Amino acid sequence: MTDHTTDPRTAASARPATASHATETAFLGLGPKDFRLLLIVIALTMLAPFLLNPFPAGSELAQFNAGYPDLMQRFVIFGIFAIGFNILFGLTGYLSFGHAAFLGVGSYAAIWMMKLLTMNVIPAIVLSVIVAGIFALLVGFISLRRSGIYFSILTLAFAQMSYALAYSVLTPITGGETGLQAKINDPRILDPGAGQSLGRANLFGLEMGSSYNLQIGDWSFTFNAGYYLAAIVMLVGFYLAIRLFRSPFGMMLRAVKSNQQRMNYTGLNSRPYTLAAFVISGMYAGLAGGLMVAMDTQVGPERMFWTASGEVVLMTILGGAGTLIGPVLGAGMIKYMENIVSKINDNILHQWFSFLPDGLEDALVAIVYPFIGKGWNLTLGIVFMLVVIFLPGGLVQGGQKVARLFRRNNRKGGGAESEAAKKQPAE
Amino acid sequence: MGILEVKNVGKRFGGLKALDNVNLSVQENTVHAIIGPNGAGKSTLLNCLIGKLIPDTGSVMFDGQSVLGRKPHEINQMGISRVFQTPEIFGDLTVFENVMIPIFARRDGAFALHAFKQVMNDRDIRERTEAMLADVNMLDKRDAHAASLSRGDKRRLEMAMCLSQQPKLLLLDEPTAGMARADTNNTIDLLKEIKAKRDITMCIIEHDMHVVFSLAERITVLAQGTPLVEDVPDNIKGHPKVREAYLGTAH
Ligand SMILES: Nc1ncnc2c1ncn2[C@@H]1O[C@H](COP(=O)(O)OP(=O)(O)OP(=O)(O)O)[C@@H](O)[C@H]1O
Ligand SMILES: [Mg+2]
Repeated sequence: MTDHTTDPRTAASARPATASHATETAFLGLGPKDFRLLLIVIALTMLAPFLLNPFPAGSELAQFNAGYPDLMQRFVIFGIFAIGFNILFGLTGYLSFGHAAFLGVGSYAAIWMMKLLTMNVIPAIVLSVIVAGIFALLVGFISLRRSGIYFSILTLAFAQMSYALAYSVLTPITGGETGLQAKINDPRILDPGAGQSLGRANLFGLEMGSSYNLQIGDWSFTFNAGYYLAAIVMLVGFYLAIRLFRSPFGMMLRAVKSNQQRMNYTGLNSRPYTLAAFVISGMYAGLAGGLMVAMDTQVGPERMFWTASGEVVLMTILGGAGTLIGPVLGAGMIKYMENIVSKINDNILHQWFSFLPDGLEDALVAIVYPFIGKGWNLTLGIVFMLVVIFLPGGLVQGGQKVARLFRRNNRKGGGAESEAAKKQPAE
Repeated sequence: MGILEVKNVGKRFGGLKALDNVNLSVQENTVHAIIGPNGAGKSTLLNCLIGKLIPDTGSVMFDGQSVLGRKPHEINQMGISRVFQTPEIFGDLTVFENVMIPIFARRDGAFALHAFKQVMNDRDIRERTEAMLADVNMLDKRDAHAASLSRGDKRRLEMAMCLSQQPKLLLLDEPTAGMARADTNNTIDLLKEIKAKRDITMCIIEHDMHVVFSLAERITVLAQGTPLVEDVPDNIKGHPKVREAYLGTAH
């Protein structure tokens, strides 16, 4: 994408920090800063059942708890989707509007593995990545002949085509409108108990749906096997993404975004670089699709609808395109709003504002009402607009601004701060 | 036979003959300057050499091989690097990264999938980049954003990027435009130094006659898409045809 000029200041804050000196390697081939980031993300995902359930079970605020398996799974699965999308969009600037197609294809591949082979999720997940990768190779090969808006339109066209095909012509493979789900009479040739009972998705016997409940006082925390599997997969995906960001390949992808002409006149063929990025991000999408099936053994074509492709764009931009952690944050924020804000109804609002005089209460409820329940999209839209206008670098840039504010205050307090930290804000 | 042989090259833009039957032969290991008034077709000629434009007629041979029909990155990999009239750099990247990229391109070829190595842990590349930046006196700006550099620094950076590839033929399109006098002199010294150190052919377009006469061993004068004269600098200085082209006295 040659002809969009970015404001160097915003680009600076959104750009992954790279010091141009030899990087000390802390562990796992990561620099100290990246390693710290990875540790933080590991801690957050492993402790998520606690962190997302801060309110006692029976309390008023319990509806803001997000620590139930279904939602936690969605956080990490969409996190994977967004991490992969960011490798393409964040680094190369190529905006795909059809990534849901790869998610959908991955899902179909996974469900077929479960129907034909086994309810063990490993073959399903592996195949979903492979099939999505092959499909991405095809779509990318054609779409990457154009850049800018034409590229976006081509990917959108492919995705909508896939959606329509899954809905109609391909019904024998996709189940059409009703989609596919695990059934009792599936062959499942590797499963001993096939044909007798409905199999459950499992990892060598550990059922994805199995949960352990921990009760501490009024608080209740749920530890779900499926969540932890998806979380570990996400951590591996996140780790690989950091490695990619800091690699020569990652640098070349940023060069594509910055000045593709110069890249070509420098002896680099930008096409295979963008195609590799496209395939890798398609594989992440397929992985997310496979995990969705592993958590909930069914698929429908709506998974490939264009709104699903748009959602991952929003997640990435909201969190901070081109940053490491941004897309995961964006995915979490959107899924939280979709599931929590949408649950609030007018009764709850009346309860909140009940301390006010009746007239005022009704007026306030009337004002807030359009933003909750089914209106959560409106809230999301407004948040998105505010972020894009005031924080072009996404939530990550917001976090950096806050961190800088704190640091400045600290310095006023007398503590000498390292200049390096100021120059290279951590993500 | 020169290292670069341009034969009967013509290029039209609509009704405008930007290049009209251009013949040019650049000898190996020389500095060849192309001068001429604005709009003479100098940049267009370079565009035809690097695959940015395809000439309507004629042939371009480099190192015994035809350049026409090859993609820009293939032409670069043959050994031609170009500094553009308006700096073409990676604005979002740091100065250091800007220089690392061409060095990677020269070492690893047009495409290499190193997605699991740390870019900064490649000692060979890092040292070559540091040496190059030291040569152009930009080591102190290594972490600066390329887009934030001054116009002169951008040019110096682009020159460093091209030189770091150790090209056989270096094309320079007004390399000192927008530079302060001191930087212009530094650039002249740098190019002389490079020239003395190793085998390199340079083709330089320049309006600054001080630069031209400091560096060039041969000069071609281009006007309205055709070469008027080609000679050694001393013969070009007072040449009536050259004055005519620049001042438009005749007719
Ligand atoms: N892509 C293009 N499309 C149409 N006309 C062009 C194009 N590129 C160059 N021209 C025209 O061709 C002529 C030669 O342009 P060129 O840029 O080669 O001149 P130049 O000798 O480099 O001049 P200057 O010293 O100003 O850089 C000019 O009249 C210019 O307007
Ligand atoms: Mg020019």
